[in-house]
Amino acid sequence: MLAFNFFGATEGGLFDINATLPLMAIQVVALTYILNSLFFKPVGKVVEKREKFVSNNIIEAKNKLSEVKKLEADLLTQLQSARTEAQRIVSEAENESDKLYKEALELANNEANASKEKARLEIESQTSSARDQLSKQADDLSELIVNRLILEK
Amino acid sequence: MLTNFAALEVGQHLYWQIGNIRLHGQVFLTSWILLGALLVFISLGTKKMENDPKGLQNLLEFLWDYIRDLARTQIGEKVYRDWMPFIGTLFLFVFVSNWGGALIPWRLIKLPSGELGAPTADINTTIALALLVSLSYFYAGLSNKGWRYFEYYVHPTPIMLPFKILEDFTKPLSLSFRLFGNILADELVVGVLVFLVPLILPIPVMFLGLFTSAIQALIFATLAAYYIGEAVEEHH
Repeated sequence: MLAFNFFGATEGGLFDINATLPLMAIQVVALTYILNSLFFKPVGKVVEKREKFVSNNIIEAKNKLSEVKKLEADLLTQLQSARTEAQRIVSEAENESDKLYKEALELANNEANASKEKARLEIESQTSSARDQLSKQADDLSELIVNRLILEK
Repeated sequence: MLTNFAALEVGQHLYWQIGNIRLHGQVFLTSWILLGALLVFISLGTKKMENDPKGLQNLLEFLWDYIRDLARTQIGEKVYRDWMPFIGTLFLFVFVSNWGGALIPWRLIKLPSGELGAPTADINTTIALALLVSLSYFYAGLSNKGWRYFEYYVHPTPIMLPFKILEDFTKPLSLSFRLFGNILADELVVGVLVFLVPLILPIPVMFLGLFTSAIQALIFATLAAYYIGEAVEEHH
């Protein structure tokens, strides 16, 4: 009564192999083709299209990012050069004004010195002429005094 | 004792006689129902494909991705595309058969002989699948490498030759018997437990059965892909 019948069993059994086997194989092969056209191809197309889209977008974004970084660096160098240029102009102007100030100061000093010298010379000459006059007058007066004294005798 | 288990109708079949050939009708009935459900499910999911997947399309894309990863890791970047539909069909067929056999209360449908159940619990189905895998890896190896495929038999040394030849027989044998044994054993265990204790106790075993069913589908598909990958692999 054992239910186990091996190969070549007349009827039934767990290992009863018959035409079910090749027909099932044909059915599975047919299923492979059906699933390929119904499932694997269309889904694969959509998924791969999306994967391509995503990877393209990532590449594009990366390109844009690198471009932005390049532009940023460009701007930074421009800013740097503008800053040094400004510094240079400021220091130049400072030097210029310093020079002008010094020149003006020197000019004014010279002028002042010159007029001081002139005044001193004038004072000196006037002093000497006054002294001459004074000594002349003193001479005249002494002569007059001498003459009077002589006359009174 | 064993005759009592005849209530479970082990090894009984619903025979269809077409001319000279005899078929196990219950296997085809369940496989047609399950594959029909699978095809309906897939047609519904792929009816309106959008770039932003919704609902069923999401699930199908996840499934597709899963199968692609499986095929790609086992077969390799170069030829996995050619074999992905076959590997995916094996996985889906075994998975749907196993789960359909475990989840649907087939017992409620009375047949004149035998009973409905997972198509993979019939040795004919599993041998058919295993032989297809054998043919596939031979075809993959020969079509990719020509006669150089047979270098595989003496790689890395000619001592391997008898073992590699033996492997060509043990591969389909182990593939078919592993699947058949696991699914049949699960059906029997659940059947016996339901027969003995019809309340609560079979439920954890049923969950274990679902787990086993999924794992068996994964194992079958992974091994098939591995054999194909082994056949197309280039030795240097």
